Amino acid sequence: MNTIPVESGLLLAGILFVLGMISVLVRRNIIFMLISVEIMLNAAGLAFIVAGSRWVQPDGQVMFIFILTMAAAEVSVGLALILQIYHQLKTLDSDAANRMKG
Amino acid sequence: MQVTFYIAATIAVLSTIMVITRYNMIHALLYLVVSFLAVAIVFFALGAPFIAALEIIVYAGAIIVLIIFAIMMLNLRAESVEEEKVWLTKEVFIGPAILSLILLGEMIYIIATSESADVAQRMVDAKAVGMSLYGPYVIGVELSGILLMAGIVGAYHLGRQKKKVVHRFLEKIEE
Repeated sequence: MNTIPVESGLLLAGILFVLGMISVLVRRNIIFMLISVEIMLNAAGLAFIVAGSRWVQPDGQVMFIFILTMAAAEVSVGLALILQIYHQLKTLDSDAANRMKG
Repeated sequence: MQVTFYIAATIAVLSTIMVITRYNMIHALLYLVVSFLAVAIVFFALGAPFIAALEIIVYAGAIIVLIIFAIMMLNLRAESVEEEKVWLTKEVFIGPAILSLILLGEMIYIIATSESADVAQRMVDAKAVGMSLYGPYVIGVELSGILLMAGIVGAYHLGRQKKKVVHRFLEKIEE
């Protein structure tokens, strides 16, 4: 038996997603929240790859490339926002950004 | 291949746990690199070598380096680690962790009770992905281009520093 059951792949994706979700709920530091969102996106892509290799179709990998593109665009805009927040508020606490005055 | 998969999966889960429990940001990012490399090996074991290479190049190579550069630009002091220790205590983990683990348990139950199947370990190479990407999914490629363009313009606009002109008598901020 040298095969990988599809359940273990999906289980790995689920565990990684839940770890990222716990971190995004627990953290107050805004950079750590961005990192956790990256973990969650990566886990979602892993589920697509598992499904794509289950049916030997390239569609799962195509979806992963789209997720990758979205993650890259998201992290660049997110880091620009974090730099602005840090220059305005002098802290990385996400609770400090609750008053959105210009 | 099965042993490779399980070892890489274990390393991925362990290094992700290390990421979410670190106080120092750079340490967490280095553990995240390990996690992404382990997931790349999982992709290789599942028969997606092109995506494994892309994971290393884009995630571990580009996105992590971008975050590290942003942290360097913020010029954080040593107190930020102490501040993080105050924010991230054991008590704050309890509520979200229990609720998330209940959801994970439900998902494990759903996966375990559905019918089993094996991953067909035939390789889907870069040629098939490219043919699919520029065949039926070409609209997605175009939308990705628009998204990346919006990301570049948005990052430039948001990251621009406001020019501060200090006059001898009055200090005003232009724009």
